[in-house]
Amino acid sequence: MENTETILRVENIHKSFGDLEVLKGVSFDVKKGETICFIGPSGTGKSTLLRCINLLTQPDQGSVWLGDGEVTNSGKNIDYFRQRIGMVFQNFFLFDHLTAVRNVEIALIKVKGMKPKEAREKALHELRQVGMEEWAEHYPAELSGGQAQRVSIARALAMDPDVILFDEPTSALDPELTREVLEVMKKLAQAGMTMLVVTHEMGFACSVANRIMFMEHGEIKEQGSPDELMNDTKFERCKNFIGQFSDISGD
Amino acid sequence: MDFSAVITEWFPYLIGGIFATLGLVGSALILGVLFGLPMAIGQVYGKRPIRFLVGIFVWFFRGLPVLVLLFLFYFGIFPGLGLDVPAFFVGATVLGLRGAAYQSQIFRGAIQSVSEGQMIAARSVGMTKLQSIRNVILPQAVRVALPGWSNEYPNILTDSSVCYAIGVMELMTRTSQIVSQTYITMPIYLLCAGVFILLNYAGMKVLHQIEKKIEIPGFGTGAA
Repeated sequence: MENTETILRVENIHKSFGDLEVLKGVSFDVKKGETICFIGPSGTGKSTLLRCINLLTQPDQGSVWLGDGEVTNSGKNIDYFRQRIGMVFQNFFLFDHLTAVRNVEIALIKVKGMKPKEAREKALHELRQVGMEEWAEHYPAELSGGQAQRVSIARALAMDPDVILFDEPTSALDPELTREVLEVMKKLAQAGMTMLVVTHEMGFACSVANRIMFMEHGEIKEQGSPDELMNDTKFERCKNFIGQFSDISGD
Repeated sequence: MDFSAVITEWFPYLIGGIFATLGLVGSALILGVLFGLPMAIGQVYGKRPIRFLVGIFVWFFRGLPVLVLLFLFYFGIFPGLGLDVPAFFVGATVLGLRGAAYQSQIFRGAIQSVSEGQMIAARSVGMTKLQSIRNVILPQAVRVALPGWSNEYPNILTDSSVCYAIGVMELMTRTSQIVSQTYITMPIYLLCAGVFILLNYAGMKVLHQIEKKIEIPGFGTGAA
């Protein structure tokens, strides 16, 4: 990678829900243009970790830095950082009362103060990027899961974020719809978008990620390039986890 | 005297009452939304003292009969504040504040029915809490609330007749005046009842049209 500037820094994040310690001090750096996939068993804090990055969940301890700005302890400025950090959710969370194009443009108008006409153009452009321009005037209830997820990716893209967080973006989709969403994400990754992806799609992780982080029990247990994790013997636990998939699918 | 003759003779006198009744209902509905919606927002998103105050308000206005409220305000609260206001104003205020108490609970339920993800998504694109409420939560909540809110129209319309007790010149008051002058009872009361039913029907038609107009796929507004 040519550009090795660190864009996001996560330091020693701790989070507990009641007695349950979900994150036990997680740290990592993200370079510009990198795609990092977080894999691991359910309930190990992957989604919580993503939500701690844009403070949708407030971490108990630790700090998050976007470029030179500290996201944690940013007070009212958090809304600015959230514009810079896009997020895509497992259940899409499209604004149900707005058409696809309105979903994408509303934050441009209300948050960025863009003129409606400009915002509309930009929104249509983003919808084109995810292959949803024809569906611009449809409401979320009229879209398939895959289409809805692509619109929500367009919504995140429209803000021109420095990084996009994907929280299990395909877990609510059947294999066909999963594929159409993953293809959009792959295109984004190749175009140089910085992406953090929590996923159970091992094929995607292995083919698109620059780095894979294997999380278990609230910690990053193993990390490396897909190649290292698959082939190096020191990454036994991760290989076993991934291996379970090929046992069933046989590939 | 036959019925049609009664109608032609006395209906013109009732027309003024119709306007007064519609005036009461209209101002009460507007007051109800102006107070009820912010109260609902306060109850869902507000801090403890705000929730407490709204709770007291709702408890007071829902807990007392309309007639008691009217007398309290007409003979007690407004004079106590040194205000000499027309009975119509007192009636509209009482019906409006009482309506606000009920409507706040309709809106509160609607706001709470909007899925949590909507707020999370709104915050994730950088909207402030207030922007999220205004641009995302309320437009959805209002659509959910409308069928229930529509009930407020017939409620307030029928309740407004109690303003007779403080002498507002609305439908019921005028009806009674005609009865006491002519000593004709049933035909006049039937006429009054007929007017109420017509007003009710027409109002519900309008509300139904509004529901249809703001209908969006995926939202059961009950207009279908």
